[in-house]
Amino acid sequence: MKQEIFKITSNENIAPSVYKMVLAGDTSDITAPGQFVNIKLEGFYLRRPISICDYDGGSLTLIYKTVGGGTENLSLKKSGEMLDLLISLGNGFDTRGSGDNPLIIGGGVGIPPLYALCKKLISEGKKPAVILGFNTKSEIFFENEFKNLGCEVFVTTADGSHGIKGFVTAAMDKTDYTYIYSCGPLPMFKAVNANAKTSGQFSFEERMGCGFGACMGCSLMTRNGAKRVCKDGPVFEREEIEWEALK
Amino acid sequence: MGSTEVTLCGVRLDNPVIPASGTFGFGYEFAELYDINCLGSISFKGTTIEPRFGNPTPRIAECEAGMLNSVGLQNPGAEKVLTEELPRLKKVFKKPLMANVSGFSVKDYTAAVEILDREDAIGWFEINISCPNVHGGGLAFGTSCENAAAVTAAVKKVTKKPVLIKLSPNVTDITEIAKACEAAGADGLSLINTLLGMRIDLKTKKPVLANKAGGFSGPAIKPVAVRMVYQVYEAVKIPIVGMGGISTAEDVIEMMLAGASAVEVGAANLAEPFACKNIIEDLPRVMQKYGIDNLKDITGGAHNG
Repeated sequence: MKQEIFKITSNENIAPSVYKMVLAGDTSDITAPGQFVNIKLEGFYLRRPISICDYDGGSLTLIYKTVGGGTENLSLKKSGEMLDLLISLGNGFDTRGSGDNPLIIGGGVGIPPLYALCKKLISEGKKPAVILGFNTKSEIFFENEFKNLGCEVFVTTADGSHGIKGFVTAAMDKTDYTYIYSCGPLPMFKAVNANAKTSGQFSFEERMGCGFGACMGCSLMTRNGAKRVCKDGPVFEREEIEWEALK
Repeated sequence: MGSTEVTLCGVRLDNPVIPASGTFGFGYEFAELYDINCLGSISFKGTTIEPRFGNPTPRIAECEAGMLNSVGLQNPGAEKVLTEELPRLKKVFKKPLMANVSGFSVKDYTAAVEILDREDAIGWFEINISCPNVHGGGLAFGTSCENAAAVTAAVKKVTKKPVLIKLSPNVTDITEIAKACEAAGADGLSLINTLLGMRIDLKTKKPVLANKAGGFSGPAIKPVAVRMVYQVYEAVKIPIVGMGGISTAEDVIEMMLAGASAVEVGAANLAEPFACKNIIEDLPRVMQKYGIDNLKDITGGAHNG
């Protein structure tokens, strides 16, 4: 973890309440896809944790949804402005045990960190398939970005306005997979877990104080004891999650 | 350049800045960022006799100029703190530590202190009788003079190290509790713990915290803390560790003028992990600005004349 100043190079609205921000700065601290940054915003006491969607040597892409004052403030930032980030936080996804055909399952704003993961899996010679779940057609983002990586992509919408009608689970039997990577809301996790035929990793979200393991604000009870979502997670193995206890 | 040295219950500190319990874990996350030996001491994560997960999440809520927490004393228990956490902390921090201890009965407190007392690196005990986030204990000891005195006396019997009692601001008159602790043998006091607060989410129309209420900390509570340290300084003769919203070197000096011999920095560590380091580095400049040569001389300065 380091504290770094990044310069915003773009910040655009890509779907209702969803923004894509690209920043320039030192990304050398990132060790795995699925990690996150914690952003200081003038006028807000705590930092805002946002997952890393994509990165290369000198740039960082974040996709976030405006859900309150802090993220609304972030959405008003202009290119050229500077941001104070803690980077890079959390464990991220481990790609070692994925097999040749991992299945990536994302729901809504849980999708962004899966993009860098997908690129990494492809760079390792694997053939990931991707399920992206949304409520309705107008909320869809990053369908083409995943397709452009050369993946088979299934889009599901709850109202059937685009792709397969239903939740992400409606597409889970359309491919033979060797492993699951998922990020999204808890009800989706539970449904994915109930349908899963393999091991997998799930990236959790929780209200955080510090984002780097100091305050114990975001703890999750697992089969291996209490874990901090920010530091020991946000990615947890399917087998260590206390599925019955998730609410 | 002036001296930032202070003394707390006979133990010398290079400077008065101590990260507050619960905001600094066992130190090693911060040691990734900077050499934490610049700190005066560390009040490590509140420890109980048994391991605790704490309260359900969400247990953090942001406020204007501060935050609420309802963590509920998550910790691995005194034995594991002694055998696993402290050896790790001692690798990155070489000064006397402050051991923050909580409990649900007098016996809980003494049992945890007896275990931690084996660790030579512990310079002081800070007995938390003021956690607002646990039921059936913690705060119950901090809001009654009799209970506060009973815990103080019992802990004093099981350790020779200096014992500070951490007081709650959620009382009618904090000086009464302070005097009861002093009379029962406390070597010092630390104040204030968090103020009870609540936030309600307008979308769900429910409290943000799963535990509904939580402890309010951050810059917003500083004037309350300064006032209480000032009052307690006049009521007792034992030294005070002042805390509540300290975020700058100026805040340190203000708290010391009110009556603190040392200070703790809490919520600021979470918003800005370099907060303590920045404050310590800025102290000489602010001391010079206000004509202060020896920081230890200003304790209680606001009471003179």
